[in-house]
Amino acid sequence: MLLLTFLVPALFSAAQNKLSPGSPQLIQPDELVKAMQSSGGQKPVVLYVGPRLFYTQAHIPGSEYIGPVGKAEGMDTLRARAKSLPHDGFIVIYCGCCPWDHCPNIRPAYQELEKTGFTKVRVLYLANSFGTNWADKGYPTARGE
Amino acid sequence: MPLSKLKQEFLYPLLALAVFLVIARFFPPTWAFKHKPKPGDPVITILPPAPQLRLNDLNGQALNTASFKGKVVVVNFWAAWCTPCAEEVPQFIELQHRYQSQGLQIIGISIDDSDSELHNFYQRYKINYPVIAGDQNTAQAYGGILGLPTTLVINHDGFIEVKHVGATDFAALEKEVVALLRARAERR
Repeated sequence: MLLLTFLVPALFSAAQNKLSPGSPQLIQPDELVKAMQSSGGQKPVVLYVGPRLFYTQAHIPGSEYIGPVGKAEGMDTLRARAKSLPHDGFIVIYCGCCPWDHCPNIRPAYQELEKTGFTKVRVLYLANSFGTNWADKGYPTARGE
Repeated sequence: MPLSKLKQEFLYPLLALAVFLVIARFFPPTWAFKHKPKPGDPVITILPPAPQLRLNDLNGQALNTASFKGKVVVVNFWAAWCTPCAEEVPQFIELQHRYQSQGLQIIGISIDDSDSELHNFYQRYKINYPVIAGDQNTAQAYGGILGLPTTLVINHDGFIEVKHVGATDFAALEKEVVALLRARAERR
C-alpha cells in the first residue's frame, strides 16, 4: 500500500513531464498535417481519445474515434485497437477537450501505449482546445461519426 | 461607310462592351467591393442571436431559453470530469448569487457527464442555477463547442455578445455582465 502511495503519483508525474510543452513526444499541428499529406514516408495512424460530442462536430480527417480514455470504456477501446497495430507503427493521439495540463484523457492514453511497447507514439499538442488550436487555425476538419 | 468597316469599328466594340457589362453585373470583380474604412467610420458588429431551445434541467423542470429574453444570460459549457470547469463552478454560483436580482441568469450545460456524476456534483456544490445535460444539438445550436470550458454572454436582447473559450477570466466576465446589466437597467 505504501509502495502504491508513492508509485502512482510518480508514474503520473513521469507522464506529465514527458508531455510538457517542448518535449519530443509532442507533435505540433502543422507537423502532423505535413506528415498526413506527405506522399512518401510512414503516415501516422491518428487516434482521437476524447468525448464523442466534440469528435462528431469536428475532427481530424482520417482520425479514428476511440473515446475518452480517462474512462474505463475508452481505455478498453484503446487497448483493443492497439492489439491490431504494429509496435513500431507511427501513432498520433489527440484530444483537445480542455486545456492541456488538465486533459483527463491524453496522459492515460500515452502511458498505456508506451507501457504496451509502442515506440513511435506522438501526442498532438493542443494547448487550449481542438477548437482554438486546430479548427480556428484553419487546419482541415471533418464532421460526423 | 461599308458595312464590314462599320461592324469592325463600332458594332464589335459595342458588343464587347455590352458583354463586359453583363458579366460585371453578375460577377463583379473583387476590387468593386473594396471599401477602405476611414478613421471615424462607424464600426458595425453583427451579433449572432442566441438559440431558442426547450430543454429539461437536472430537476426535470422545463426550461425555455426564449423566456430569458430581457435578462442577461451566461451560458457555461462545462463537465464535472473537466478539472478547470469544475473549479469554476463556485465562481459561477457566486456570480449568480450576486447579480440575480439585477437580471442575471446563468445556465450550465454539461458535456459527456454520466447522470450520476452530474447529479452528485450538482448536489455537492448546491448549484443555484439550472444545469442541463447537453447533447450534440445543444452544442450545435450555440455555434459548435469544440473545447471546455466555453462560456457565452448573451445580452438582454438575446444576442451573443462574447464567447470565452478556455479557462474563464472571471474579472473580465464580471465586467461584461455588469456593463450589460447596466445597459439593461438604462433601457427600462
